[in-house]
Amino acid sequence: MTFSKTPLFSRSEIIGFAVLAVLIFLILPTFLGTFRLNLFGKYLTYAFVAVGLALCWGAGGILSLGQGVFFGLGGYCMAMFLKLEASTPENTSIQSTPGIPDFMDWNQLTELPAWWIPFHSLTFSLIAVVLVPVTFAFFIGVAMFRRRVGGVYFAIITQAFAAILTILIIGQQGYTGGVNGITDLRTLNGWNIRTGEAKEILYYVNGVLLFAVLFVAHFVRKSKLGRILIAMRDQEDRVRFSGYDVASFKIFIFCLGAAFAGIGGAMFTLQVGFMSPTLVGIVPSIEMVIFCAVGGRLSILGAVYGALLVNWAKTSFSESFPELWLFGLGGLFIAVVMLFPNGLAGIWTEQIMPRLSKLWTARARRAPQTHNASTEKRGAV
Amino acid sequence: MFSDYSMSELGAIFAMQGFAGLILFSVFVLMALGLAIIFGQMGVINMAHGEFMILGAYVTYFVSQFFSAYMPALFGSYFFVAMILAFFASGALGLLVEWSIIRHLYKRPLDTLLATWGLSLILQQTYRSVFGAREVGVTIPSWMMGSMPVTDLIEIPVNGIFVMVLAVGISMAVYIMMFRSNWGKQVRAINQNRVMAGAVGINTEWTDRLTFGIGCGVAGVAGSAFTMIGSTGPTSGQLYIVDTFLVVVFGGAGSILGTIASAFSISQAQSIMEFFLSGSMAKVLTLLIVVGILMIRPQGLFSLKLRK
Amino acid sequence: MTFQERYLLKVEGLTVSFDGFKAVDDLSFYIEPNECRVIIGPNGAGKTTVLDLICGRTRATDGSVTFRDNELLKMREDQIVHAGVGRKFQTPSVYEDLTVFENLEISYPSGYSVFGALAFRRNENVQQRINEIAETIFLEDMLSEKAAFLSHGQKQWLEIGMLLIQDPELLMLDEPVAGMSVAERKKTAELLKRIIQDRSVIVIEHDMGFVEDIATRVNVLHQGKMLSEGSMAHVKADPKVIEVYLGH
Repeated sequence: MTFSKTPLFSRSEIIGFAVLAVLIFLILPTFLGTFRLNLFGKYLTYAFVAVGLALCWGAGGILSLGQGVFFGLGGYCMAMFLKLEASTPENTSIQSTPGIPDFMDWNQLTELPAWWIPFHSLTFSLIAVVLVPVTFAFFIGVAMFRRRVGGVYFAIITQAFAAILTILIIGQQGYTGGVNGITDLRTLNGWNIRTGEAKEILYYVNGVLLFAVLFVAHFVRKSKLGRILIAMRDQEDRVRFSGYDVASFKIFIFCLGAAFAGIGGAMFTLQVGFMSPTLVGIVPSIEMVIFCAVGGRLSILGAVYGALLVNWAKTSFSESFPELWLFGLGGLFIAVVMLFPNGLAGIWTEQIMPRLSKLWTARARRAPQTHNASTEKRGAV
Repeated sequence: MFSDYSMSELGAIFAMQGFAGLILFSVFVLMALGLAIIFGQMGVINMAHGEFMILGAYVTYFVSQFFSAYMPALFGSYFFVAMILAFFASGALGLLVEWSIIRHLYKRPLDTLLATWGLSLILQQTYRSVFGAREVGVTIPSWMMGSMPVTDLIEIPVNGIFVMVLAVGISMAVYIMMFRSNWGKQVRAINQNRVMAGAVGINTEWTDRLTFGIGCGVAGVAGSAFTMIGSTGPTSGQLYIVDTFLVVVFGGAGSILGTIASAFSISQAQSIMEFFLSGSMAKVLTLLIVVGILMIRPQGLFSLKLRK
Repeated sequence: MTFQERYLLKVEGLTVSFDGFKAVDDLSFYIEPNECRVIIGPNGAGKTTVLDLICGRTRATDGSVTFRDNELLKMREDQIVHAGVGRKFQTPSVYEDLTVFENLEISYPSGYSVFGALAFRRNENVQQRINEIAETIFLEDMLSEKAAFLSHGQKQWLEIGMLLIQDPELLMLDEPVAGMSVAERKKTAELLKRIIQDRSVIVIEHDMGFVEDIATRVNVLHQGKMLSEGSMAHVKADPKVIEVYLGH
């Protein structure tokens, strides 16, 4: 048998990663101006969420409709730090209480709430960006998965969490900035994040972090844990009666997805310069699922392309035909479910690759069959 | 916080808030009944349920316009005509949607959820393009205006009572359909064992379509009733969708009585808390309590322990 | 030999009720090491439910199930597996999206925790053991095929292989030859005879010829209660059993 050492990356996977790296680090920066590049940087922050969903939903079959919650929590942790840095007593001397964020002053708060105080520290904030979403996901995960809540019930309850957090943020505007969110962010440890140069640097930082996340995701997919996830999705009971504590695997992957989303949220805040409840709620959360679905729910690289493509389409459509966009997005939801359940990745492996390889073999005039001829179609679960 | 009020005032407050809760309850019940049929019996998540409801509301609006323009003498009774039309309009759209989308996805519930979300976006934009982005309100017939004094301090609005009566009536109709009619028996049979139901000669395909259609039709009636207490815009349906799903899940999917009981407890909790807290905090607390209870008892309030 | 040592599994007063309906009612039986116990009974007698109760899939209302010194009713499903109880389901449940190799690999008894699974590597031992098992279950040429492409009988074998690789002390098989062709049935009978040698087995089966062939003792269940227990010959002659099977 030829099952000796399976390498972490197959040849086609190396090519896939390389192509994406060339796109993100060479092609986009070369051809886009600072404004557009910053826009694509914003799209790429959604890719963090989509990659997490490819693990949770694509591999593990756990559909979370509350990823916006984790994206938002990460983003808010970052925004709180930046807001505190921007609200020095000098900058806010016209307020009735100088030294606190402007929206607190407008809401008649006279001192900084205690839970804001640790966000003066950059280290604390950066840890919080990951740890707050993960802790939250952990509690939801333990409560739900230990009790074997899954499928549509899990989806509905995570959606309820997205609704709850949005209402809470909007309702408690004295503490959260309300519906406008936390705006007017300026510097990161004294470094002005609003200059063109800073935006370009942040784009690259974002790209590097995204690749780190992609490598982690790839490692997980390729490990035995990745195969257990797929096994769980297909036959949960069989996995359980093979001696695995199914819930702990679900909790882990849900927390990992939350960590990715939190990092994405923080990068969003840094690149776009604000964080608001419009990125947390039901609508953005379910749109994040479509990024993953368009890319091909199982494919982590596909998730990145999905996020780029859908957001780019959204921007271009909303600029020229705003009323058409909702038709387009709605149609996309239906089409990707009914016609292309494996998304872009599916089109690539089922349509383009076989043709390419046919072309290749025809040219090489070799009689023996190629190995990837049997890429079979997999119905979604 | 109670010291500012006298006992009789407090009683009146609770009664009024309780009544406000009853109106919310009626809305929840009307919306949730359609979902209880579609989700509870068929296991299909229809995220566009709110849009089916709004279609009913628009139908009611146009019927009221038609009556005031051409048959002002009969204006007092337009609502009943509108309700029937709303049922058939939403029901017909439901049949179409089942045929074109849902039936391909019965084995993939999570995908149905995404596809119907897409459908809801398309419907919202359609309403916006066709009926305009502005919210529309109907003219309530004169017999439904005003309020009935119960005591010196307590007054209850007539339209509220009407919506409640409607909610009770439709609940009973759905209950009878589900548990007394032949169709209901077939739906429940399919829910329990699809293959066997097909084998004993039930046309599962047609029953599914009809069930989905009736569920959507009930949503249309809900929308029609909704116009009596609020105005309608293209996105009004989305406001209630999460609450409604929680109502159905909380009640125990598949149980009509459970749905009604859970709609009652959720709406009462919310409206009574609303008086003491801000509206948004009342909502947050209600949702948190519901989600919390669902975590302890995921099968909902009313469901049987079954042999798998 | 003490009572403790004589029996591997002790089921005592096992009861489960679903909303008042007692699917299994005050059931007691004892399994010795290396015995092959067959449970028979008409449909709805509660046979599958008994297995579900032992392996933790259904929670018992009352009674006790002791495996060596472990009270199984208090343990989680995966802990019961670790204690040495394996369970095969009635319909073959294999992971269709994974290859035969990967199916067996997931059952390989190592890397059970989240981080253990992340750190798990395919080494020589894993490789060798999987090849060994694959040979036993007649699938040595199918290792790189997706399980979805296997025939019904082959899926049954694969699931049996997934249990074998864990080397359980007690193996519970729910209708292992149901839905198989005559040839597959024969092969499976051979396979089962081979694998039941060094362990205790509980089998649910309808095929009487097959039962006679393998059983050390037979339990007959009827309406959740034990109707008869003993050798096949004893059970066959029991008037109560004849009544239930042939009677009215």
